[in-house]
Amino acid sequence: MTQKMLIDRTACTGHGLCADLLPELIELDEWGYPIIIDTVPSGLTAHARRAVTACPALALRLARAPRQYEHR
Amino acid sequence: MTYHHDGSPRAHGAGTGRLTSSWQASGAPATLREHTACYGPLPQATGRARRELIDQVAAAGLTGRGGAGFPTATKMRAVASGRGRPVIVANGMESEPASEKDQALLARSPHLVLDGISLAADAIGATEAHLCLARTRDWLIDTVAAATAERHRAGLDRVAVTVHAMPHHYVSSEETALVRWLNGGEAKPANTPPRPFERGVGKRPTLVDNVETLAHVALIGRYGGAWFRRAGRAGATGTMLATVTGAVCRPGVYEVEAGTRTGDVLSMAGLDGGSEAVLIGGYFGTWHNLPTVADLPLSAGGLRQVGSSPGAGVLVALPAGACGLAGAAKVLRYLASESAQQCGPCKFGLPAIADDLTQLAAGRPDGDPLARLHRRLPVLVGRGACRHPDGAVRMAASALASFAADAQSHAQGRPCAARQPVAAQSGFAVGDWR
Repeated sequence: MTQKMLIDRTACTGHGLCADLLPELIELDEWGYPIIIDTVPSGLTAHARRAVTACPALALRLARAPRQYEHR
Repeated sequence: MTYHHDGSPRAHGAGTGRLTSSWQASGAPATLREHTACYGPLPQATGRARRELIDQVAAAGLTGRGGAGFPTATKMRAVASGRGRPVIVANGMESEPASEKDQALLARSPHLVLDGISLAADAIGATEAHLCLARTRDWLIDTVAAATAERHRAGLDRVAVTVHAMPHHYVSSEETALVRWLNGGEAKPANTPPRPFERGVGKRPTLVDNVETLAHVALIGRYGGAWFRRAGRAGATGTMLATVTGAVCRPGVYEVEAGTRTGDVLSMAGLDGGSEAVLIGGYFGTWHNLPTVADLPLSAGGLRQVGSSPGAGVLVALPAGACGLAGAAKVLRYLASESAQQCGPCKFGLPAIADDLTQLAAGRPDGDPLARLHRRLPVLVGRGACRHPDGAVRMAASALASFAADAQSHAQGRPCAARQPVAAQSGFAVGDWR
């Protein structure tokens, strides 16, 4: 089952641990904030979970997220 | 502020004076009596018939007039079928600096907006109604409060409307910011989901609509969806309020048919013949050379092909001889200063690209600001809780595309001696978010 990596942008303070733990999907911009490929392939689920757990700001989560009624 | 009602909206499109029909030349608000004389009494539907308004709004093809242009009936249905008793929030914040239409509407026809709130509240079954205004505009708050008192005395509305004076920041008019503030928090955008339609004020499904949108709902409730469609061109329906400013000799608010040729709307306001470019949609909009957009309909569908949209119906004409890049740099600096400072990409990215664009426009490059912009702009998109960074990037990118030759020449260190094109705007500077 594919999962989505969701980030709370208001919570993220740019620690950058996620990019160390999941470089396959996350890189940091020049200010240290994550740029995320949000679809997590099943092979990387365990690593993604580790990144979620490690985030000091609790800004990451994994979800099956079918989003309806997207504004614009 | 100057509003051109006399002659302009009606004379320029037969039968298009709808929201503006009760506007008085003096600028005074229409009293409840004057309002009723103009439009007839507020329709009083009961029971199931209330819900039928949503079908009429759908038939009308009404889209949100606050900027996003989302179909209003779709949002109403989503809220009406949500879990819990719905709440309605009318958004009269009008934080877009180039826009004046919501203030003009509320100042002159407060009852049209309040009728819309009343009818929409009934249609979705709301038990709570809020109208949010910017705290800095006491005159407007007084006018609207007087109108709500008038209605209270007349026993007009099933649900009383609470008028709120909110902190005035650019991003405070974003729907999640309104909800967050109404819930006791700061007037800053919130992470989504959940969107207010599913979980908003008091965790209840919440309909957030722009005040002009609700004024149209008031008329659809009276005259129906088919009537609404009698105005509108090129596939767009109804009328819209447009604020036309910049290099025009009659700046102000105009009511035009949605889909009116963009060049015609500029002409109504007396476009300076030497103007060569226009900012469509306001500070959250896009820059275009006039020839590329003058013939296009002022509507979401009409402007899509050039990557633009009317936003809240704003047109700012660039003065002849002014540098569009300098104008864009100023707007970008303003947007950077109005960030809620919540999300890294917005907090650090916007000042960085504002610096780049300022250096470029000034012809005093430190390194290669044009290359930095091309690298940085795409990286910032879609990485904020709200769309503030996306809008800022889109505005900047449109300036680079529309004024590409200027950008190249400035990048080689050649500044232009152009006049300042867009009135300098500082932030609202009311510091507090609560």
